[in-house]
Amino acid sequence: MPAIRCSNLRKTYDNQVEAVRGLDLEVQQAECFGLLGPNGAGKTTTIEILEGLLPPSAGEVEVLGRRWGDHDEEIRHRLGISLQDTKLSEKLTVDETLRLFASFYRKRRETEELLDEVGLREKRASWVGKLSGGQRQRLAVACALVGDPELLFMDEPTTGLDPQSRRQLWDIVRGLKRRGRTVLLTTHYMEEAERLCDRVAIIDHGKMIALGSPGDLIARLGGEHVVEFTVDTTEGLEPEWFSSLPAVRAAHLQNGTGSLTVTEVHVALPALLESLRSRGRELARLSTRHASLEDVFVSLTGRHLRDD
Amino acid sequence: MPVWRTCSSPLPGATCEMIRISPFLKLLDARLREALREPEVIFWVFGFPILLALGLGIAFRNKPPDRIAVAVEERTEAAALAGLLNGSTRFEARVLSPEQSASELRLGKVALVLVPGDGYQYRFDPNRPDSLLARALVDDLLQRAAGRKDPVQGRDTEMTEPGARYIDFLIPGLIGLNLMSGGMWGVGFVTVDMRSRKLLKRLVATPMRKSEFLAAMIGSRIVFMFVEVLLLLAFGWLVFDMVLRGSFILTLTIGLLGALCFGSLGLLVATRARKIETVSGLMNLVMLPMFVFSGTFFSSQRFPEALQPAIQVLPLTALNDALRAVIIEGADFPSQIGRMVLLVGWTAASFALSLRFFRWS
Repeated sequence: MPAIRCSNLRKTYDNQVEAVRGLDLEVQQAECFGLLGPNGAGKTTTIEILEGLLPPSAGEVEVLGRRWGDHDEEIRHRLGISLQDTKLSEKLTVDETLRLFASFYRKRRETEELLDEVGLREKRASWVGKLSGGQRQRLAVACALVGDPELLFMDEPTTGLDPQSRRQLWDIVRGLKRRGRTVLLTTHYMEEAERLCDRVAIIDHGKMIALGSPGDLIARLGGEHVVEFTVDTTEGLEPEWFSSLPAVRAAHLQNGTGSLTVTEVHVALPALLESLRSRGRELARLSTRHASLEDVFVSLTGRHLRDD
Repeated sequence: MPVWRTCSSPLPGATCEMIRISPFLKLLDARLREALREPEVIFWVFGFPILLALGLGIAFRNKPPDRIAVAVEERTEAAALAGLLNGSTRFEARVLSPEQSASELRLGKVALVLVPGDGYQYRFDPNRPDSLLARALVDDLLQRAAGRKDPVQGRDTEMTEPGARYIDFLIPGLIGLNLMSGGMWGVGFVTVDMRSRKLLKRLVATPMRKSEFLAAMIGSRIVFMFVEVLLLLAFGWLVFDMVLRGSFILTLTIGLLGALCFGSLGLLVATRARKIETVSGLMNLVMLPMFVFSGTFFSSQRFPEALQPAIQVLPLTALNDALRAVIIEGADFPSQIGRMVLLVGWTAASFALSLRFFRWS
């Protein structure tokens, strides 16, 4: 039995916005699954439907083998949920907050152990209002873990966090994976998805545009390296000039920057330089790196995951 | 790696289920802790009503009425008449020129202008109660001084005992008012705040039962009710020698119904609102009529007969009247059943509607 299954999921809001437009997903048990996509892609709508917090306009949802609507309390005992940006009560302490959430569950984790796991032991007596952003987010995750869930939902768990807090959260998720728990997370950080997720679904405009392990998706680009370059003037530059070069699998041009997906850098680079030189273009910048999910997204949509 | 310990119960009634603390109590506990950690809450719940009672109690304390200011127009007998009036404890008479007399009457500095001459002439404003009173009392004094004999003897008995003073009227009203604003703000405001913080949504994402949450919100009001009622009663007793004539239990029971009623109304007002501004406006809309009409600071009977059916059906009117009847008149339970049923009706209707339309996200 998969941990989550949904088919032909659709959500149209009152204002006629189609947030989710026919989504099929299957998340296996003990898997860490990522919904990756830009802001507004429908990730939060999707995860909230799966969490049973939002009714779908159409489609089937099954969580832990059950449907929302008849066994809700039963399902909720087995789920952990961390919403995007919940502001927990500021005037309660970390300890009180955890004990409050623990009181709702049949099965409960030891508070001590949980505090150690999320690294908040020293803060246990502090008011939530006094915590830093990263500490609050870890507390939110601890609240999601307090019922020892089989399946954990995390909506943008690291958005807005500093790199250190982000790494702490990644460690928590890795710990869960080691214990065989299922995790579904949404993110618009490709690095996060690559590091944490066994499989990712790339979502854009309410539809899934790619599904697979990060390694697979990158491999599907046809090359694992990316060569990026900038020239003095982009006028008249055509992607076709580069896509036929040896070892180049794909070429994109955006905002004056060329981006080539390449199988072998040492073959592609001399050819690129030669091509530019023969057309009389001056190279302003050149870099090579390993391909990422970001490149997968760019190759599928022609846009970047983040606008910033 | 730490040992993965969980507290699960394969059989119902096993150890963990037995030590499980009811979510209701935990929610209630959390709500009370949060409230008590807000300095504003402490002030509005405990400080403000006491200050209000103290201020109004002092302003309207039963002191001997001020002497009535009377002007005697400057004529032949004026000085003698002023002397006669000042001989009584009731009047403070001054001899003034006609122009000055007229001006002071107009400004309300004197209640009456006495013009000696052929008999006495009284100049006064018939629309001013103190003027009318001055006219009657001055005439009475002058007639007696002139030798009038009263055919029937009148005897005065003065009543200034506790129970008939303004503070006695005020304290039950303040208890009612406090239960209203406490319930509306304590439940309505807090609920919308939690909704705008997505905390309600987070809570319904747990196996928590929605009824447990709503009951805890209203339950917190019951706890505060005890404090509010007892505090104001104790204050009235200690500072103003107030006595509780009716049953203490009945007073608390009425307080409880009031707390439940306004807690539910607070919940109803907060049922859909997503913004603090919206709910604040709604609460003021609901509370303002009761603030004005429900007889907190003066009797609701002062409003015209035509308005009375509407006024009597307001929950705060029922609460204030029932509290007043029990506290200062010593009314018994059967006589207050009607008002108590009205409060229960408001509670049931608002709670049912809130439950039906409550928005969790």
